[in-house]
Amino acid sequence: MAATTDERAKGVTSLKQLVLGRKDVQDLTDLETEQPPDLMTVNMGPSHPAMHGTVRIILTVDGEKIVKSDVQPGYLHRCFEKESEHATYTQVFPYTDRLNYVSPMINNVGWAMAVEKLMDLTTKVPERAEYIRVIVSEMSRMTDHETCLGASAMELGAFTPFLYLLKAREWMYELLEKVSGARLTHSYVRVGGVVKDLPDNFAAELGHCLDQTAKVMVEVEGLLNNNKIFRDRMAGIGAMTREHALATGCVGPIARAAGVDYDVRKDYPYSVYPELEFDVPVGTTGDCYDRYLVRVEELKQSIRILRQCLEKIQPGPIAIDDPRVALPPKRDTYNTIESMIRHFKHIVDGIRVPAGEAYAFVEGGNGELGFYVVADGTGRPYKAYVRSPSFVHLSTASELIHGHFIADVVPIFGMINMIGGECDK
Amino acid sequence: MSQIVLDALKANHGPAIELLESQHGDEIAWIKRDQLVTVATWLKTDPKMLFDAPVFATCIDRLDWRPVGEPLSTHWTEDKPRFEVAWQLRSQKHRYRIRLKVAVPEQDARCPSLATLWPAFNWQERETFDMYGIRFDGHPDLRRIYMYEEFVGYPLRKDYPKEKRQPLVRRDDLPISIPHFGIKRGETR
Repeated sequence: MAATTDERAKGVTSLKQLVLGRKDVQDLTDLETEQPPDLMTVNMGPSHPAMHGTVRIILTVDGEKIVKSDVQPGYLHRCFEKESEHATYTQVFPYTDRLNYVSPMINNVGWAMAVEKLMDLTTKVPERAEYIRVIVSEMSRMTDHETCLGASAMELGAFTPFLYLLKAREWMYELLEKVSGARLTHSYVRVGGVVKDLPDNFAAELGHCLDQTAKVMVEVEGLLNNNKIFRDRMAGIGAMTREHALATGCVGPIARAAGVDYDVRKDYPYSVYPELEFDVPVGTTGDCYDRYLVRVEELKQSIRILRQCLEKIQPGPIAIDDPRVALPPKRDTYNTIESMIRHFKHIVDGIRVPAGEAYAFVEGGNGELGFYVVADGTGRPYKAYVRSPSFVHLSTASELIHGHFIADVVPIFGMINMIGGECDK
Repeated sequence: MSQIVLDALKANHGPAIELLESQHGDEIAWIKRDQLVTVATWLKTDPKMLFDAPVFATCIDRLDWRPVGEPLSTHWTEDKPRFEVAWQLRSQKHRYRIRLKVAVPEQDARCPSLATLWPAFNWQERETFDMYGIRFDGHPDLRRIYMYEEFVGYPLRKDYPKEKRQPLVRRDDLPISIPHFGIKRGETR
């Protein structure tokens, strides 16, 4: 279109404007681009498909850019601590299942370890029980990471890895269902051991499952690692320095991606982890892509740990033979009056835990998951506090999304892996 | 495990400390309320301590504390203040862990905030305020976090009944009328 003298007179000067026939975007005033001249406040959540669990963010945006945000958890608060104060120590296990419902076994183990620490039973748990705990914990860690990676990839448009990973997760859930009887809320661990032994043929089934999962991981990595869209959306987004990660209390894959070399399994070894060989991946940049890589590597390390466990596990008792914590065998309960009374007292009054306080922690799917328990000598905890990594990680979200676009909230939240049940207690 | 921290605390901040104890391998330091920030700053910056990583902050309500048997800690007695606020810290470099505790009386339920030293305590102290009603002096943003602003009381206090319900939307205030049948609220069918 040829420029006429009239257009020149109106102020159209550059060649680009002549070609476009209008002003370039950056030359327009606010009114002309129909952009709001003021900041705008947008409400994201609490029930938004991209918000894992239920969390609400009040965003103040400058166009697409986030300049201020207020993250508000609490929409899934179910009074874990208040309910625990009114339940016996064993009755708390089902509540812990519902904290991080993607990896319930690790929560079970954490609670059991807190009560064992209060009763000075930590070193007395039989070896087979410890191995079973590690096996189910690592299986749970795998389901946790598979969910996180799959869901994050799906939210960025990659649906195939999501289906592959959930397929692999389903194999784990089916195995865990065979172990505990429940697909999701297992309540499998007990104070002093586990509730029942592994099913027959478990080692062969898990071995097959691990082989298949390793293949799935090759496929998923091939689809995502060098995928341009995925990398553009993840690399450099939501970066965090090592000092920032430490000061904000971050643990687990998020802190490790930022270079904090901290894994409870290595730094404060518990259970039989000292006997197992595995590596702790550590990132450098602390952005979403590093978090993704750390999780992928941890998944592979879990497979490695599980293979070692299957080799090393030996037959033996699966719970402490201590009348203070163990239920009498069912046959005795129905046939002798002493065992019947013991069973009754155990169920109604609960395990008597001596007065005192202890903080026990395990490496959960998202990092250090701890239980701070105050006991008053009765069968119910006086106070039960859960140090939930999701809650701590979510508190950094406001700073992580600052200065990014609204679309970047999705990968940042995906990689924070906020689990509503755990965050909101 | 971290006995060395307790010894260093005693040597450097003897007058600020009420009691040092160990329970099940956890080291606990009771600090006087007005000295807390000084001690915490020292713990964070001293090169031999370097408590750079916060773990959690919470509160214990000792309202109906009647321990059965012999408690490990004989520190708590009837005349002690009702609340104790606890902060757990971790040193990434030295692998130390310590729990700082401050006794807070019911009538004057406030204590210094450590959120400016360790940003992780921002939300944790908000949670403690929300659940126990402890006011943290110097906290940058002390609001409720799980509960809503209109909530009355502090749910994790021992005198808050477990069965008490406080729905935000009061169902019985909603206008209920079914025009088709002409039944209004309050009328029996």
